[in-house]
This record gives sequence, structure tokens and C-alpha cells, in this order.
Amino acid sequence: MMITFYVAASLTLLTTALAITRSNPVHALLYFVISLVSMGVIFFTLGAPFAAAMEVIVYAGAIMVLFLFVIMMLSLNKVTVHREAGWIVRSVWVLPLFLVAGLGSELARVFLGGGSVGMIRVVSPQEVGVRLFTTDISTVELASVLLLTGLIGAFHLGRKER
Amino acid sequence: MTIVLTLLEAIFILLSIVIAAATLTWVERRLLGFWQDRLGPNRVGWEGTLQIVADMVKIFFKQDWTPPFADKIIFTIAPAIVMATVLMGFAVIPFTTHFGIDLNLNIGLLFFLGMTSLSVYGVVLAGWASNSKFSLLGGMRAAAQMISYEVFMGLAVTGVVMLTGSFNLTDIVQAQTHLWFVVPQFLGFVLFLIAGIAEAHRLPFDLPEGENELGAGFHTEYSSMKFGMFFVGEYAGIILISMMTVVLYFGGWNGPIFPPVVWFLFKSTGFIIFFILLRAALPRPRYDQLMAYGWKLMLPLSLLNLAVTGAAMLAWS
Repeated sequence: MMITFYVAASLTLLTTALAITRSNPVHALLYFVISLVSMGVIFFTLGAPFAAAMEVIVYAGAIMVLFLFVIMMLSLNKVTVHREAGWIVRSVWVLPLFLVAGLGSELARVFLGGGSVGMIRVVSPQEVGVRLFTTDISTVELASVLLLTGLIGAFHLGRKER
Repeated sequence: MTIVLTLLEAIFILLSIVIAAATLTWVERRLLGFWQDRLGPNRVGWEGTLQIVADMVKIFFKQDWTPPFADKIIFTIAPAIVMATVLMGFAVIPFTTHFGIDLNLNIGLLFFLGMTSLSVYGVVLAGWASNSKFSLLGGMRAAAQMISYEVFMGLAVTGVVMLTGSFNLTDIVQAQTHLWFVVPQFLGFVLFLIAGIAEAHRLPFDLPEGENELGAGFHTEYSSMKFGMFFVGEYAGIILISMMTVVLYFGGWNGPIFPPVVWFLFKSTGFIIFFILLRAALPRPRYDQLMAYGWKLMLPLSLLNLAVTGAAMLAWS
């Protein structure tokens, strides 16, 4: 299980980096999909199978397909790829480098501190459901309000002119 | 030792599935011939049984042409995605209490849903990477159609999950020892089957292909075994949906007299033949009709199914 975790984790890091640096939007998106799926594997190895399944079904299987759908409609060609490549210059890396350095030092501290990584216990889907509708009910309600807002907005935008 | 055994079992099951899917191409043509009062392929071997061998030889010797205007890497991996995700779906199917690749995965049903939702990528990317307008239109139709119908598929199976209290497919079959879920969940069953047909993009929901308006839709530019992968993948998808319907609503391996695996395969074959009959019997709707039908009829019905199931369970307890 530990080997699977490290393989999935390094795959996630690699594909996320590739997703940021590719200038072809569809290739970038596909790397991001791989990153999401391997993140699902990470969740699974850490004992959260329900979160893993949701990661694959919702993020990789639905939201990213919609992104791909939109990118396909935009009919991007070599010109746009070239222009996109022109945007990835050295100066845009300054702020992200600082952020990565902050995160990286934090990560190094965890590793050097010798804290144990790995599965503590497996959280069953029932437990997740019970938690969502008892202690975490306010989060669910907030998320549903957000979704409702989105729905109303989409309805307004998609309404036919009379 | 157990790892080797499980691996051998997995190879055996997946290989049988692929062979069965290839055989289905012949079965389908013969059955369509029977229903449409003609013969179908009956020349190679006894009653045409060796037709798939002839087809395989032919398809392997065809020129494997990648269009110069295509995105080569994605063009090549798209058929592999279709095949791989469909075959991964079989990993959680319990054929009997002891026979299956992973019988006790606690998120079995979710794993199946995840794999069907990932299989969209194969079709969509094939359409995009081909870089031709027919393929692109097919791919876009596939994306919209499969995303929409996935929603009802998930909502429809939730009824079964509520009655069982588990995502584990073995538990779901064992809960149907006395009463198959098709009785208390009839609406859910109908919704799941319709969503399943749309997921496998079979007639009447094969708009991503739509040969009368799009050439061959998303696989217009494909030839040789790359096309063969899409073809066999589609039939493997039919087998997967049929087996899933049996597991969720028709009691899986439960049945009198005969051994469990016979019952399971017998019921699954029934659904596969039903899928082929649909192709022989139904015309294809327009694309906007398909989407309107999904969002305006199927979604409210699946929500109603959930609400009624929940209310009935509350009243019962």
C-alpha cells in the first residue's frame, strides 16, 4: 500500500507540473485528469475509499469532461498554442516559486520530523454520510446554497429572449 | 500465492470478456438478420460461427492509417482508454459468491460509476484528436450525452444502495435472495437501463456515431485494429451494462436448481439480446430530443424514485 501511495503521489506531482507548463490546452487538461485520478489513488491508500471514488466520478469524470467540452468548442489551433507558449516566460514564475518554497519547506519539516505517513483506519462510506448530515451539516447547506445560486445564474443566462 | 491466483483469475475473466465481445459482433448480425427476415453472415464455418475469425484476419491486415492532420499521441491512446476503462469496470462484478476479481470492494458500485464516467474520455478524445468536423461533432455529442445520462444512472442506483445500505456489490446481490430489486425498484430499473444504453452509446442513443449524418461520428478517421478496439470496446460495454443490471436488479447469481454462475450468465445473456433487439426495433431520436428527454423527464423521475423509496423506507421502519 505504501509503494502504491508513493507511486501515485509522484505521478500526481509530475502530471500537475506538466499540466501547468503545457501550452496545448487539451494536453494540459489531460495531464490534470491523470493528476486527479492519481489523487484518487492517494485517497484510497490513505483509507478514504469514498473520497477516492468521488474524486474520480465528480472531478475527473464530470467536471473535467465539461472543461474538455468547452475547449473543443473553442476550436483552438496552432496559433493559439503558439500564443499560449509565449505567455509562459521566466517572469511569471517568481510568485509561484515563493509559494512552492513555502509549501516545500513545510513538507520538508514534516518529512524530517519523522511523523508517520499512511493509513490510520479505513473510513467507510456510511461514516462519511453520517458526518455530512450531523456535525458537518452547515457545510452541506452552504454548498447547496452555492449550487442553487449557480443554477439560478445559469437559468438566467440560458433563458430565451421574448 | 493468492496474488498469482487472483491475477490468473483476472486474466481469465477479462480474456473471456474480450472473446465474448468479439463473438457478439457475429451474434448481433445473425440476430438482426433473423428479426429483419434475412440471413446475416452464415457462410464461414457452420452457420457462420467462424465469421469472427475471418473478421479478425481482415481487420489485422488492413492498413493502420493515422491521418497527418491528427494529434498522433491522443489519436492512438483514445481507443485504449475506451477498452481499458470498460474492462476495469468488470473488476467489481461478482459472478458468484466466490468468483470475480474483487468481490468485496466496499465502494464497488462507485468504482463502476467512476469507470463508466472515465470511458467518456476515449470517445471525446477520439473525436477531438481526429481533427475532422464529423469526428468533432460526434465527440461533442458523446460528451454532452454521457455526462447527462450519468447523472440519472447515479441517481437511479441510489435506490438500490438505500435498500441495501452498502455500495458493495456482493452485499447488494445477497440482499436480493428473497426478492429481486426489480420489484421494489421498478422505476429505478427502467431509468438505469435507459441510462445504461446511453452510456454504452447503443441505438437508439448512438448519436455520437449517427452514421446517416456524421459518417461514423467519433471514429470516422479510424482504421484497422484501432477501429477494432472501439468496436470490441462497445460490445464489452454492452456486456458490462447487462451484467450490472443483473447484479443490481435481477438478483445476480440467485436462482433455483442450476449452479449460480449459469444463472448469472443466463440472465446477462437475456439483457444482451434485449440490447440487440432494441437496435433492430427502434429509430434514433434527434439530438435535442435526446437531451430534452434526459433532463426534463429522466431527471425528475429519478428524483421522484429517490423520494418515494426514502419515504417508503421511513414508513416501513
